[in-house]
Formats: sequence, structure tokens, C-alpha cells
Amino acid sequence: MVTTNMIIMGLSGGALIGLSSVILLASSGRIAGISGILGGLYGKWNDVERYWRIIFMLGLIAGSGIVAVINNGLVITQQTSGIYLVIAGLLVGFGTRLGSGCTSGHGVCGLGRRSKRSFVATLIFMAIAIIVVYVIRHLIS
Amino acid sequence: MKYYLSVLISGILFGIGLAISGMINPQKVTDFLDVTGNWDPTLLFVMGGAVCISLPGFYLVQRREAPLFSTKFYLPSKKDLDIPLILGATLFGAGWGLAGYCPGPAIASLVSLTAEPIVFVLAMLVGQHLAKMFEAKN
Repeated sequence: MVTTNMIIMGLSGGALIGLSSVILLASSGRIAGISGILGGLYGKWNDVERYWRIIFMLGLIAGSGIVAVINNGLVITQQTSGIYLVIAGLLVGFGTRLGSGCTSGHGVCGLGRRSKRSFVATLIFMAIAIIVVYVIRHLIS
Repeated sequence: MKYYLSVLISGILFGIGLAISGMINPQKVTDFLDVTGNWDPTLLFVMGGAVCISLPGFYLVQRREAPLFSTKFYLPSKKDLDIPLILGATLFGAGWGLAGYCPGPAIASLVSLTAEPIVFVLAMLVGQHLAKMFEAKN
């Protein structure tokens, strides 16, 4: 069911994410794609390439930390554990690297740039994720 | 200094956005993906709200010759659809549906200091590394 809270918190949270991506592009010329920023953290990069990525990641963690302090905790209900969590992480890591982006890089920034690749990627990962959840929730269990 | 400060502010806003919208909760994400179940549309509003800002924002920013505190824009150069994009998006979608975590929320929820996001992020780094090796071979 759609509640007013979903609409208000969804839109305002989304607006902040959009604003974040615009600030990053305007100031540093970078795309706020989390998988891409993470992928450049290690490897053959120089310090200039590495520092901004570390700072962004620390900000990301601090941002949710601020909300956790204000709201006296975060609601996090896990959907899977153990080996399935590891498989999911491997798939997300491998897939976002191969596919040049994740929900933020393709879904927020790519759509914002009106990129055809990002539009197609977003449709694909949404559709596949919907199918996977359908299989897990309605066919297996 | 201004460069790093703006990167930090950008990161913080991103983390606040993910947290207040509930996107760091994997259940809220899988409830969105569960379109035939008790559907939670929040993610649609998050993406809609974000694109409403990024679409005009990116347009205005890209009219500039260069960013404020850097010499150039670092934008993806690929324009065409290819197999890696389609295969990568498919694998990512499968992992996203399985755990309800995508990279942003997984990293943002590290602040909870619980085991699951840590395990997921480590597995994600391994997956990225395997993809880099795979790309180097091809």
C-alpha cells in the first residue's frame, strides 16, 4: 500500500541523492556512481584518484550515521545470509564492474545524462531483480 | 581543499538520502521488487526524486567548460549497447534481487557495524576484482 510517508521520504531522500550527484559533477567533474567510485579505490591509481574516492565513501557512511543518530538507529532487515549473501555480493561486484554501473551510476546519473546505455542497463537490472525476487518469494518459499 | 570539501558534502548528502528514504534497508528494496506481493513503491519515488534533480542539474553543469574545482569532466565515453553492459546489468540485477543490496546502500549501512553489510561489501570487492581480471583477459 502506498503511504504518504513513502512518498515524502522517498522523494526527499531521492532529491538529496540527485543533489549529491549534481554537486559532485559540478565541483569535481565526477559521476556519483558508487560501484565506479568503489572500483577505483584500489588498483593502479595515483593518490589524487584515490583520495576523493575515499572521502566520498567516508561521507556516504557518515551521512547514514547522522540519520542513525537522529533516528536512534537504522531499520535494516536482512533478506538473506551466509553463502547466499556472499553469492549476491559477488554478482553485484562482478556485474556492476562489467556493466559499468549500478543503481546510482546508471539509474540516477546515467538517466540524468539521458544515456541510452544507462536506460537499457536500468531496465535490465530492474527486470532481472524483479524476476529473482518473484522466484524466491513466490515460487521457492 | 574546496574540491575535497565538496566531495565530502556530496557523499554525506548521498548517505542521508539513502538512509531517510529507507533504501539502506534490504527489505524495503526487495518489497519494491516484489511487484506481485505487498508492493512498496518507495524506491520509485527515490529514483524519480533523484532524476528530477539530476536531469536539469546535469544539463546546467555540462554547459560549463569545466567543473568548478577540477580541469575536466570525467564522463563515460561509451555510447553503444554491448554485450558486457547487458551481461553485467543482468548479473547485477540477480545479486540485487537476491540480497536487496546494491553498492550504495551496502556501503552506507556499514555504519551499523553488523556482519551482513561487511560480508556483502567484501564479496562485492572480490566480484569487482574478478571482473577486472576477466576484462584484462578479453
